[in-house]
Amino acid sequence: MTRSLIRMLLVMLLACAGMAHAQAIEPMPFADHAQELRFQHLTQQLRCPMCQNETLADSNAPIARDLRNQIFQMMQHGSSDDEIKQYLVARYSNFVLYDPPLTAGTWLLWFGPLLILLSGGAAVLLAIRKRSQRGTVATEASTDNALIDSTPTDNGDDW
Amino acid sequence: MTPELGQLALILALLLALAQSILPLVGAWRGNRALMAVARPAAAGQAVFVAFAFGILAWAFLRFDFSVQYVADNSNLALPWYYRIAAVWGAHEGSLLLWILILNIWTVALVAFSQKLPEVFASRVIAVMGLIAVGFLAFIIFTSDPFGRLLPMPGDGADLNPVLQDPGMTFHPPMLYMGYVGFSVAFAFSIAALLGGELEQAWVRWARPWTNIAWAFLTCGIVAGSWWAYAELGWGGWWFWDPVENASFMPWLVGLGLIHAQAITEKRGSLRAWTILLSIFAFSLSLLGTFLVRSGVLTSVHAFASDPRRGIFILAFLTIVVGGSLLLYALRAPKVAGGKPFKVVSRETVLLIGNLMFAVAAAMVLLGTLFPLIGDALNLGRVSVGPPYFGFLFPLLMLPVVLLLPFGPFLRWGKGDTPVLKQVLLRAGIAAAACAIVAAFFVDGHLKAIAGVASLVWLTVGVLLYAIKRWREVPRGRRYPAEMAGMLLAHLGVGVFVAGVLLSESLSVTSDVRMAPGQTQHIGGYDFRFDGVHRATGPNWRADQGVVTVTRDSKAVAVMHPQKRTYLRGQVQTESAVDAGVFRDLYVALGEPMDTGNIEGAWSLRLYYKPFIRWIWGGGLLMMLGGFVCAGDKRFRIKRAAKTEAAAAGLQVQETHA
Repeated sequence: MTRSLIRMLLVMLLACAGMAHAQAIEPMPFADHAQELRFQHLTQQLRCPMCQNETLADSNAPIARDLRNQIFQMMQHGSSDDEIKQYLVARYSNFVLYDPPLTAGTWLLWFGPLLILLSGGAAVLLAIRKRSQRGTVATEASTDNALIDSTPTDNGDDW
Repeated sequence: MTPELGQLALILALLLALAQSILPLVGAWRGNRALMAVARPAAAGQAVFVAFAFGILAWAFLRFDFSVQYVADNSNLALPWYYRIAAVWGAHEGSLLLWILILNIWTVALVAFSQKLPEVFASRVIAVMGLIAVGFLAFIIFTSDPFGRLLPMPGDGADLNPVLQDPGMTFHPPMLYMGYVGFSVAFAFSIAALLGGELEQAWVRWARPWTNIAWAFLTCGIVAGSWWAYAELGWGGWWFWDPVENASFMPWLVGLGLIHAQAITEKRGSLRAWTILLSIFAFSLSLLGTFLVRSGVLTSVHAFASDPRRGIFILAFLTIVVGGSLLLYALRAPKVAGGKPFKVVSRETVLLIGNLMFAVAAAMVLLGTLFPLIGDALNLGRVSVGPPYFGFLFPLLMLPVVLLLPFGPFLRWGKGDTPVLKQVLLRAGIAAAACAIVAAFFVDGHLKAIAGVASLVWLTVGVLLYAIKRWREVPRGRRYPAEMAGMLLAHLGVGVFVAGVLLSESLSVTSDVRMAPGQTQHIGGYDFRFDGVHRATGPNWRADQGVVTVTRDSKAVAVMHPQKRTYLRGQVQTESAVDAGVFRDLYVALGEPMDTGNIEGAWSLRLYYKPFIRWIWGGGLLMMLGGFVCAGDKRFRIKRAAKTEAAAAGLQVQETHA
């Protein structure tokens, strides 16, 4: 029972994989080049809601096709990028946005790196202070002239 | 009969790995030389059995032994022999076996080159390698047996995932694993140092080339993977910040920090604890990478939960390795402190800042990669973290690195002097600004492209200034030791890479077009004429193959053949056509016929003009080369040979110096 289930899952996965790697190429009758660029840029920031980590621009899944057409139509009717995103978020939640908006839930995501940087920076500052106050530096090989006639040291700290 | 021999070999290898890890550890603890002496022969024996098992699996593939489940799942009669070899690591079980084989290759190399290390220390290092092998051998034997039988035996097998049927993907996993597993040496080394409670500079010197080589292999693997994604997936991108890519990028970043930290520790004795911590992290992230890619957790947290055996095993293993080593670190790290002091303006300081940025970048990638998984697992709502997030934060974090890089070599250890820095700043800065202004006229004011040119000039001039300084001031023959030459090459590579990224991203032209035979499209100064589609066949695929003739000012440039392949088992795979050049790539991918069934009519096509994209991989390869060249420095070897007899005495002398 479980075996056949797993096999079925595998077959489905394979089918998906087959679809996934035939990329989406769809010429559309854009009003002008600027609109085409805008379309490319926008669809690359949106996630295909049913695929495994693919943008709307790249996915060949039926739903991605439909959504691309939808976005194209909305563009023809003069919707802005934000309106299009709102439309998609209303249907598929923030999951479709590769650029997660700043909310209480994503606060850590956006500011976590800054926190790490600040605490790491503080640690580095402390380390440098501690080391630089600990007596004078050994003077060997610390002038430019020393470099010219110095033979390579064992440590390799002659350069 | 034979596949069972493979299984038997793996079990014997596990037993030997147990002997290799436990006995020498006890021996080192008790001072029992007989037990310590077990390490080397046990490691060699384990390697023989693992190689034997690997050979048996490869042989089963070559002989079409479809009675082996793994062979039947991943190959068929029409698959060419070279892809049947590559199929050995084409799926989960076999790639684990490859992981173990590579671990054994590293261990055997370690056994061979560690003769000059103190006995206690060497046996601890080999024992830790053995412990890692125990974990992975147990994993493959208990959860992922590649030799399982399939009855009744099918007449023909399924297929190797067509995505993998490409030279780039054939070399990608072995190179990547060489890198991942290579970090285990630095890891084993650090654990051994923590166990013994002391870390000699001489031992770090001995460990450095290993880390450099591992990092260079990892670079090579990432470059191969990126190239493959570009050529094969048909979207013309070279990096998507996909979790699978991030998994290999995190150890790369930490390894990059480790290379520089080891240099400080080896030469000045300082920052030992940080070096040890980084080696623990580099290897832990390598394990995490294996876990992320192999457990199915990326597909969906719930898929992972429905067949949790493998995932839980790796997770437990990961916890033991990371938790255990961090605990050991917390207990022992204070004991290994020491080293020479340094001033604020010194090479140590810039290297530390670089290290900080690499570590924070790795943490950022880790956060962005795991955040959606954690959110999903805790039912906090599904979020996607993708290129906009990483693409915004990563360049910000790397900006200080690019800005500081030219100064690094000019700063002396311990205490640098400022006049020379001002000189560098002035020269490289003026050169970069001048070139940026000139470039602005050529790139229509694209800021990214201008920044690309500026950073290329800034980094290259910085590296060249240092090369010239050495040329002038140092007598011939001692100007560029391999260690320094490798550094210069890798730093040049950074410039080439950054320029490639920024220029190709800002100046690329993409167009999805519908083309009937005979029609022409004009893109990026080139004329693409579509000459229709015909059928083509390969050893195990049929394809619709387009013909696109590219001309520029009516001079022929290239004839390109993008394909849309259908493999034996119905999987569809695009094969883009790329006309490569140093300054630009032309790239054509074939879409769908406009009228299904009439392949001779109009098709949808994607046309790209991608300037400087090759510089991205060129830069990566320069970095790789830098790593290898650096590892070849004589200083890392002669030292060991000279120390043969006076090993103990020499170490003591050094200790008093420090």
